[in-house]
Amino acid sequence: MSAVEDPEAELTPAERRDLRRLAGFMIPASAEYGVPGADDEAIFTDIVRSLGRDRNDVRAALAMLRQIAGGEFADLDEASAEAAAMALLSREGPVLALGRAVLQCYYRDDRVFRSLGREPRPPYPKGHELEQGDWSLLDAVRVRSRMWRDVDGTGN
Amino acid sequence: MARGTDVADDPVPDTARPTDEIVDVLIIGAGASGAAVAWSLAETRMRILCLEQGDWVKPADFPTNGRDWEARRYADFDVFPNRRARDTDYPINDDNSIMKIANFNGVGGGTIVYTAHYPRMHPSDFRVRTLDGVADDWPIDYWTLEPYFAENDRMTGVAGLAGDPAYPAHQPTMPPVPLGRTGTRYARAANRLGWHWWPSDIAVATTEYDGRAKCINLGHCTPGCAQGAKASVDITYWPHALRARVELRTRCRVREITTNERGMASGVIYYDSNGVERFQPAEMVIVAANGVGTPRLLLNSASGRFPTGLANSSGLVGKNLMLHPWPQVFGYVDEELDGDRGPQTVMWSKEFYETDPSRGFVRGYTLQFSRGTGPANEAITSMAAGRLPWGRDHHRAYRALLYHRLQIGVACEDLPEEHNRVTLDPVLKDSSGIPAPKIDYTLSENTLRMMEHGIARATEIQEAAGAQNISCSRTVLNSPGHLLGTARMGLDPERSVVNEWGRCHDVKNLFVVDGSIWVTSGGVNPTSTIQALALYIADSIKKRLTTLFD
Repeated sequence: MSAVEDPEAELTPAERRDLRRLAGFMIPASAEYGVPGADDEAIFTDIVRSLGRDRNDVRAALAMLRQIAGGEFADLDEASAEAAAMALLSREGPVLALGRAVLQCYYRDDRVFRSLGREPRPPYPKGHELEQGDWSLLDAVRVRSRMWRDVDGTGN
Repeated sequence: MARGTDVADDPVPDTARPTDEIVDVLIIGAGASGAAVAWSLAETRMRILCLEQGDWVKPADFPTNGRDWEARRYADFDVFPNRRARDTDYPINDDNSIMKIANFNGVGGGTIVYTAHYPRMHPSDFRVRTLDGVADDWPIDYWTLEPYFAENDRMTGVAGLAGDPAYPAHQPTMPPVPLGRTGTRYARAANRLGWHWWPSDIAVATTEYDGRAKCINLGHCTPGCAQGAKASVDITYWPHALRARVELRTRCRVREITTNERGMASGVIYYDSNGVERFQPAEMVIVAANGVGTPRLLLNSASGRFPTGLANSSGLVGKNLMLHPWPQVFGYVDEELDGDRGPQTVMWSKEFYETDPSRGFVRGYTLQFSRGTGPANEAITSMAAGRLPWGRDHHRAYRALLYHRLQIGVACEDLPEEHNRVTLDPVLKDSSGIPAPKIDYTLSENTLRMMEHGIARATEIQEAAGAQNISCSRTVLNSPGHLLGTARMGLDPERSVVNEWGRCHDVKNLFVVDGSIWVTSGGVNPTSTIQALALYIADSIKKRLTTLFD
């Protein structure tokens, strides 16, 4: 069974600092694709606000990160911090919840959506166009003989 | 109707517990089967009441109204109740099960969050002992249900195409959902292999239907349809049943079914929307609480007269749980496909549905072909599967995945085994103090062989479609919420819980109409057959009103 949200378990300032730095390693900004990193202020604010049911797992993952870092993750130099981040992200358990918490917010940011060629809007009410596809392909199946099994020999 | 009960005999009454006015028919659960049986019985003009522990879900509440629509499938619209954890949910101890239990508690039940993939069982599914020498035959057959399948299709509104050689003839009520780019890609691959495929029967309105708007390709059928095109029973059966004066009370959680000194059901004890414990007397009780909720309730209704649980003289209440193992095989092609811009499911293949002994297992499976998924869910699932790296290569890798996915589900028939079961957890309780269900479930050797065969065939068609980066997810995350077999139907009271028309052998005014009564599971999504069974049982009740409790 999975644990449910504990609304009392807010992130501490130190945890927020670590999470933001970690998020920047998870999804860095890219000039090539024209997107911000997951440590972007608006995206990070959304991540923290939306932790919900994953909050306890995220805190557990951040505790693992501090263990890997051997102290304050925020104090590490860039290379050491990246190495610690990647070591954490290769693990499972609460790290998967941390990943989900970051990704679900990153991939709803307007700038990221536009970079993917998609309008930044909810599906409803506009919906989407869906082409019919090639129904002539079904002709090969239409000519097949009956496949379902005759149960009592009477055709039924 | 025959008078079978007398609340004055009821041993339960407690002067401190409010008692409601007696009803003729009390239905527990407002999901797929409860809605169908309520609507069908309404024409009798009996006083019918349905108690539902969840709420109505308003169209404006569905996730596709907001920018967080993908995140909410992991939150208040998660299919797993232990994570969803609404106050209307009950916890389930599924730690000892390789598959997790998916459900939804509310008006519409599981149909709120189902994919609306709507195949019928096949004729051979009702005769597995006769044809394949395993499990048991059902006491009814496909042809008994055929008129009820048709009636249910009409009430539900089913998109599809007549002429599938894998099924007896039937006529879906609306044109099929488009193949799209994804379906076309699958179809070419299936034709290359010479395999059967057909556009799926899907309970989605492709034209305006019975007051419902047509599908506009919101793309996220599973966490509820804001458009109202998906046929969840809150917008199909329930409006008709309510107009016919069936009463539906929400946020009413039933704790136990009571019995009188003659061993007949006399009503239920439930907690109302204010948490007040009440007694609702009834002439007849119909349980429609799904294959986990129903055995939980029957087991929790144990009494001096029924010490091992209500209707459980066979000892089979809760046993023979079947969950449909559902491996998923993923692949990615170099063409941009439909992604999340259309109904999730598109077509099926029955090439491996019927038994072929040369495969090393009996029975078979459906290959269910899906479109892709949305931006956030592609990232989340690919990250979990190890397809999507973190760091500098993240963006390039992600863009090769999004809208390039082919996803094939292998819908396996698992056979009934008594050790796969629902019991009452000795410790865990819901917020009303009612014992939670505990699940014990393992996969048999036959099922494991079937799964591996299906995974290999799904991989084969992925390759024929030109997919690369092919991977498989076997069980844990793929639990479809098909909860079957735990109060099985049969002619022998020692080997079954209900008779061939849904009445409990032990309690003659107590009926079960949900997936609990299934004898075997078939290799298809069950909702169409569950609802046809509910309509058939309702019709059986109507035909026997004067002798119903004899």
